[in-house]
Amino acid sequence: MTPFTRVVSVAAPLPETDIDTDIIFPARFLLLLDRRGLGAHLFHERRRDGVGARFVLDRPPFDRAQILVAGRNFGCGSSREHAVWALADFGVRVVVAPSFGEIFYANCFRNGVLPVRLEAAPHGRIMTAAETGAPIEIDLGSQTVRLPDGEDIPFEIEPGRRRDLMLGRDEIDAILADDIGDIRDYESRRRATRAWLDPRLK
Amino acid sequence: MPALTLYDKIWSDHVVKPYSDGAALLYIDRHLVQEVSSPQAFAGLDARGVKTRRPEAHLAVADHAVPTKDRDRPLPDSLAARQVRRLVENARDHAIAYIPMRDARHGIVHVIGPELGFTLPGATIVCGDSHTCTHGAFGALAFGIGSSECECVLATQTLKQRKQKRMRVLLEGQPAAGVGVKDMILALIARIGVSGGVGYAIEYAGGAIANLSMEARMTLCNMSIEAGSRVGLVAPDETTFAWLAGRPMAPAGADWEAAMAYWKTLPTDPDAVFDREVSLNVGALAPRVTWGTTPEDNLPIDGVVPDPDREPDPDRRARMQRSLRYMGLKPGARLNEVPIDRVFIGSCTNGRLEDLRQAAAILVGRRVAPNVAAIVVPGSATVRLQAEAEGLDRVFRAAGFEWRDSGCSMCVAMNDDRLQSGERCASTSNRNFEGRQGPNGRTHLMSPAMAAAAAISGKLADVRALESRRSMA
Repeated sequence: MTPFTRVVSVAAPLPETDIDTDIIFPARFLLLLDRRGLGAHLFHERRRDGVGARFVLDRPPFDRAQILVAGRNFGCGSSREHAVWALADFGVRVVVAPSFGEIFYANCFRNGVLPVRLEAAPHGRIMTAAETGAPIEIDLGSQTVRLPDGEDIPFEIEPGRRRDLMLGRDEIDAILADDIGDIRDYESRRRATRAWLDPRLK
Repeated sequence: MPALTLYDKIWSDHVVKPYSDGAALLYIDRHLVQEVSSPQAFAGLDARGVKTRRPEAHLAVADHAVPTKDRDRPLPDSLAARQVRRLVENARDHAIAYIPMRDARHGIVHVIGPELGFTLPGATIVCGDSHTCTHGAFGALAFGIGSSECECVLATQTLKQRKQKRMRVLLEGQPAAGVGVKDMILALIARIGVSGGVGYAIEYAGGAIANLSMEARMTLCNMSIEAGSRVGLVAPDETTFAWLAGRPMAPAGADWEAAMAYWKTLPTDPDAVFDREVSLNVGALAPRVTWGTTPEDNLPIDGVVPDPDREPDPDRRARMQRSLRYMGLKPGARLNEVPIDRVFIGSCTNGRLEDLRQAAAILVGRRVAPNVAAIVVPGSATVRLQAEAEGLDRVFRAAGFEWRDSGCSMCVAMNDDRLQSGERCASTSNRNFEGRQGPNGRTHLMSPAMAAAAAISGKLADVRALESRRSMA
C-alpha cells in the first residue's frame, strides 16, 4: 500500500448529507471482479444524469481533486469496498466529512485513503475553502488541514490507523507476521472450553 | 465482577490479544461468503500465496447476482455467470463448503445462516455484506465487513477491531393490529436518524421483545445498519433455543447442553450501564412507509409528505428537497394516495416464512390492482418449500403475484429484477436509496402486510383499513 503522508490538492465540494455507497458505486457494477479500474463508475448516475450543472468531479479544476469534502454520514449503507476502490482509482486520497458510515470508514484505511472527521464548524470552513478551487493541504504527520488562507485545522485519528497509513503497512501481513502464535493459543484454549463452536456442515 | 452487557461478554470472549492503541485482535467463528464481496478477497489471498486458515469456518453461497426464475437455464447475464463461477472455483480451491443455486439449502446468506444453525448465540459472525447484523437476533456478535476484511478473516480467522459504545433500545408495549416489527424499526430509525447508531452496538430489549418470533427479531436486527450501527443484538432466550434446536449445524447431544449452559450466561447483567438508552412505545405506532431516499424518511401511512420549507436544518432541508424531486412527490400529498407500479416482497429483511404468511393473509381472496406488477422472492429455498407446503404460493399466484426462487433480487437489483426508470415500488426491503432498485427507480419501504395492501390498492395503503373491511364482510 502506498504510504500516506501529505496531500496538496484542490478539494471537490459535495455539500450533501447521507451520500450512500449505492450513490458512490451503483450495484449493477458490482458484477466486476477486480479491485482496479472502478473509477469509471464512480458516482455513475450523478455524472451522467444529463440535467443541470455537471457533477463536481467532472468540472475543472475538481476533475483532478485528490480531496473530497462531503456532508455528514458519507459512505453509509452497503459494505461494498468498491466505493473506496472507485474513489482511490479516480485519484481521491482524502475524504473530509463530519461523520462516515462505519464500514466505509474502516475500508478507507485498507486502501490508503484517509477519512478525516471534523466538527460542523471547521468542516464548514473547509467546504467554503474547497468551493474557491484553491489548493488545500492535508498533513497526516501533524494531523492538520491547512486552508488557503493559512488557517490550520487539527483533526483526530486513531493512533494505530495513522501509523499504518503513514507506513503503508498491510494489516494482514502484520497479523500473519506477529500474531499467529496468539491465534493458535486462542484456538486451542477455545477447543478445550467451547468445542460446540466448531462448525460442522453435514 | 463489573456488570456487563451482552455485547461486552461476546467481545471479551473473542479477544485474541489487545493492542496498545486500544484496538483488539478479535477471533471470528463464522464467515459467510457471497459472490460479490469475495472475489477480490480470494484474489488477494492467492497473490499472497496464503491458504484459508480454517476452511470449515466459512460457508459460501451466491445470492446477490443470481436470477430468481428459469434457474434450469444457463445464467442470462455473462457477468453474473462469471461471478458465480468464480465463487464456485474459489470455494473449491480453498476447500470451503459451497451451496449451489439449485440446492434445497440455497438462499440469502442472512436467511440460510440461521436456518442451518451456522448462526449461533455467543459466536462472532461476519460477511462482506452490511446486513450481517441480522444474525445478532440470536445473540451473536455479527457485523458487515469490506472485502479486505474478508481476506483477513480467510487468512487469519481474526480481525483487528475497535470496541463500540453500547446503546440499548427498549421496545415497550404491545403493537396494535396491522403494526409489525418493520414498523418498529422504521419508527426507531426515524427517531434516531440514519447516523444515530454510528459508533454503537445496539441491544434491543424491553417487554415487546419477549413476544417477538425469531423471524421478527431478525427483521429488527437486520435494519440496525440503516440506523448507522454495524451491530444489533437481542439476548438469547427460550424462543432462540427452541428455534435452533435440531438445526443441521447446531450443536447436538452433550454439545447442545454445554452450549445452552453458556448461552444462558450471555444476557446483559441487570446493573450493566449503556452509553445511550432510547425507548420506544410500540403500542402507539401506526403502520409506516418511507417517502424519501433514506430509511429515516418514514411516516405513518395516514401522514402527508413533509414540507422542506418547514425544516430548520439547512443540510436536512436540502436533502429533503433532493429526495422529493427524486421521488416525484409534492409536500402535503397524502401518503395513502401515492400510486405504485411494482411490489416486491422478499429480501434478508422480510423474505422469511412469517413475512410471507403476513402478506398472504392480506391477499386471500383479493387481486393485485391492474396497474401493478408484483413479485414474491422467498429468502431461501427452505422458505419457498415451507410456504408451498402451506399453500402460500397458491394465495400469491391467485392474487396475481409472481412466485420466484430465492435470492436478494430487487433489494439490490443486480440481476434482472429491477425497476425501470421512474417506476414506483412498494418494497419490503431495507434501503430506499437513489437507484437502489434500479436507476431512477422509486422505493417505498414498508412491512410485508403493507406491501400486500399496496399491491391490492394500486397505491400506498393502510393495511388496517383492508383488515377491518374483511372482518365486516
